[in-house]
Amino acid sequence: MSDAEGDCGTQGLPHPNRREVIAAGISLPVVAGVASGIAQPASTPAPERIPLRVTINDAPYELSLDPRTSALDMLREQLSLTGAKKGCDHGQCGACTIHVDGRRVVSCLTPALQLEGRQVVTIEGLAPSSGELHPMQQAFIDHDGLQCGYCTPGQIMSAVACVREGHAGSADQIREYMSGNLCRCGAYAGIVAAIQQAAPRMGG
Amino acid sequence: MHPFTYTRAATSEQAVRALAAAGPGARLLAGGTTLYDLMKLGVERPSHVIDINAVQELSGFDTSGPRELVFGGLSRMSDVAADRRLVEGYPALSEALWRAASQQLRNMASLGGNLLQRTRCPYFRGGAPFACNKREPGSGCDAIGGIDRGHALLGGSRSCIATYPGDFAVALVAFDGEIDVLGPNGARSLPVEQLHRDPGDTPHVETSLRPDEVITRIRVPATRAGRASTYHKIRDRESYAFALASAAVGLEMDGDVVRQARIALGGVATRPWRAREAEEMLRGRRLTGRAAEEAGRIAMRDAQPGSHNEFRIELARRTVADALTIAAGRA
Repeated sequence: MSDAEGDCGTQGLPHPNRREVIAAGISLPVVAGVASGIAQPASTPAPERIPLRVTINDAPYELSLDPRTSALDMLREQLSLTGAKKGCDHGQCGACTIHVDGRRVVSCLTPALQLEGRQVVTIEGLAPSSGELHPMQQAFIDHDGLQCGYCTPGQIMSAVACVREGHAGSADQIREYMSGNLCRCGAYAGIVAAIQQAAPRMGG
Repeated sequence: MHPFTYTRAATSEQAVRALAAAGPGARLLAGGTTLYDLMKLGVERPSHVIDINAVQELSGFDTSGPRELVFGGLSRMSDVAADRRLVEGYPALSEALWRAASQQLRNMASLGGNLLQRTRCPYFRGGAPFACNKREPGSGCDAIGGIDRGHALLGGSRSCIATYPGDFAVALVAFDGEIDVLGPNGARSLPVEQLHRDPGDTPHVETSLRPDEVITRIRVPATRAGRASTYHKIRDRESYAFALASAAVGLEMDGDVVRQARIALGGVATRPWRAREAEEMLRGRRLTGRAAEEAGRIAMRDAQPGSHNEFRIELARRTVADALTIAAGRA
């Protein structure tokens, strides 16, 4: 379960994390611009905000959002769920993959308001309980399915969905249905092996 | 990103009324994989966005009918690609879907939105300092004479050589697909082949849809050519890339003689490109390797190469020939 469990809304975060410490070291105005994912001139009037009710990793949230906000920016900048990574921010790398109503999507191209009433699972909500890993997480460790690790949360979320969809029947099928997740370290062989290990343990 | 106001529509009539009320500058938001991406790039700058994802009546599809296949405009690419009757009875339609994008994007993208996918021309997406008539009408085209490796060989004009990037529309054009659209004055239908316009002098006008219309359904006439079909897509890498060249082919055969061939090209033209002369040449002929190669040559006869894309003429010829061979193997 995530450390942002409960209703932290759009208010301050429960406790400083690495991201805030790094951000505070830059400068606050810059951080504010990043937080909404928007650069705009100071003269622009404040954009309208729209309410959003969404369940993330089994916790209900009520937010109020600028409609421009992506699901990825909402998770990372407002809810401190920084597991989903911003790689390309254009749907080309898969590092931001999350599950919405059980289906994998790229959160960078999902306007956050499209999550109204939906069930979201991020890498933070994947493990069955604290201290225990999901079989896919363990398989990535067992097979060195990563090097730098930046793409790994997206790879794992995508891999879990790949198995549940029934698209992990062979190494070739795994390669085809995991092609939306790029790994610039080139850990692909380990990733395919990890998925082949985890698939039967997931009951798929 | 340019600010916009946001509302949700619950029915297609509501969406049409909202479009009409908001006037120019309003956009429908379905899967968002093209629109939201281009909004981030500043290419699309809608003042109002109408989210239609909750419109239930547009989300289903039915491939069981004896006369036609019917797909709601909001049905998702991944769901339709996996439909068992499509996989077996119309592999070209299924392949055109699962060989596009990634599973994440296919879970998001709607069929109607996919038809309207905009070009991947880097001059269009990149903007300043490069000129683009699609992005800024009248500003010029820096792709012409520029890095044009991925640009169109067929259908280009002096104003634009941007390639139409989609796959499903190419397969639909091969199979005489139609779309139903709803506007303020009611419903109308048109062939998918008439949806995308030649760029001519107005490349920013990409389709024959009116700004206040919504695609409600896509329909494909049932045909025996569905089974002996393929969508053959050649890319720089094996998966998750746009086509360097692609061919949608469907065949009706009498033994090894072609009764009717359907051929459409993707990745090489400014719009989905039906190759009717190649189809006619094959009618009544035995489908030998030589006949397939000749069909490829005819299909690409009018190709106009630029500086870096000439290799794709031969690639497209062979893509057509290989697609014919694959489809014949399924007859």
